[in-house]
Amino acid sequence: MLRDAALVAGKDLRVEARSRVALNQVAPFAILVLVLFAFALDPDRGVLVRASAGLFWVAVAFTALLAVQRSFAIEVADGARDGLRLSGLDPAGIFLGKAGAVAAELLALEVLLAAGVVVLYNTDLHGIGVLVLTCLLATLAIAAAGTLYGVLAAGVRMRETLLPLLLVPVMAPVVLAATKASEAALTSAGTDAWPWIRLLGAFAAVYLAVGTVAFGPLLEDA
Amino acid sequence: MAPAVRLSRAVALLGRFPALAGADLLVQPGEIVHLSGPNGAGKSTLLRVCAGLLRVVDGDAEVLGVDLRRTPRDVRRRVGLLAHATFLYDDLTVEDNVRFAVQAARAGTRRVEPALGRLGLDGRLRKVEVARLSAGQRRRVALAAIVARDPDLWLLDEPHAGLDAAGRDTVDDLIREVAAGGRTVVFASHELDRASGVAGRQLTVVGGQVHVTQPFAAPAPETLACGA
Repeated sequence: MLRDAALVAGKDLRVEARSRVALNQVAPFAILVLVLFAFALDPDRGVLVRASAGLFWVAVAFTALLAVQRSFAIEVADGARDGLRLSGLDPAGIFLGKAGAVAAELLALEVLLAAGVVVLYNTDLHGIGVLVLTCLLATLAIAAAGTLYGVLAAGVRMRETLLPLLLVPVMAPVVLAATKASEAALTSAGTDAWPWIRLLGAFAAVYLAVGTVAFGPLLEDA
Repeated sequence: MAPAVRLSRAVALLGRFPALAGADLLVQPGEIVHLSGPNGAGKSTLLRVCAGLLRVVDGDAEVLGVDLRRTPRDVRRRVGLLAHATFLYDDLTVEDNVRFAVQAARAGTRRVEPALGRLGLDGRLRKVEVARLSAGQRRRVALAAIVARDPDLWLLDEPHAGLDAAGRDTVDDLIREVAAGGRTVVFASHELDRASGVAGRQLTVVGGQVHVTQPFAAPAPETLACGA
């Protein structure tokens, strides 16, 4: 399973490295979202600083939608999804591989977004360790849920509009917990963040477990 | 030895439509079987069923000794399907696509180079992204992926489509070689003249059923071996 996951993740990351969609389209979009928030809240810089954690995670959620859409767009083109089914790869491995590739892309984008928050919102970063842990767990949860709902939507003709409808409600508790953990890290150096981090860990574990089991049947029926 | 393909009153649905309506089919290992029939008759569906991609909802279906109604996934790694879609990733190179297919099937990557050479994809072309290839070249890449995997059962849907004359001859030679090596080939084609020169038997698919069996004057095994 892990061998298949590594193979699929390597393939997806190679596709992204060659197509540069994440670099040329998703990353600029993420920065644009941050800039738009800055424009909207600029009259009160204090609000912008206080809301920076939430704005960061909303921007991550938007970019996650694009990353997941892209992850399954490459499988829909020219019947590649049937190619995956025919390959004999372990469905759980395919799930972990695709989720891993999405998570890797999101983590890279989060570094960019964090820099954007510091520069655009004048936010001082505290509790770096807690922030990194928050990012890792929340990203795993978002990537796992996104991959699961991505394959569900992949077989539907109106998948572009269906995916956000399915995924946003599932991402909402993750975004909420990640925002609370990040706020705690920024304001109290992380002491109040642990309950939210434990919740994020639970979300990540549940979405990964459900995805590992359910991805195969969804891939067959999509 | 178990048949390569054994379908008995097999029914498969596309949505609610019975695309395969009680099909019977028996193919022995090492055979080359040509499927003919009008558009929409069920030839592609029959090939997809044999590949384990389309579920059999009624009747019996066994491929390479695997019961397709129980464990269709078990047969997929042992089958090569050349379909209308090529299953390729546009942003990957020719070589990367073939290598991924081979690694996914847990076949040895040593066959990648010879397969690319056999389909005329070596040299400069191997490093070209698939998105930049013509339809015929894409088909060659898809075929190269099957050649490199060297599965036990080859299911080819219009294998000559989009290929130039040399490519068509290569496909015919490949089919003969594969069968001479003991593997089984079932292919659908509208090119009856070409098919009759390659296949040992022709089946006609109409309305999702396999109706007529017509034996060709099959080349002797010695001739097949020489063709290889």
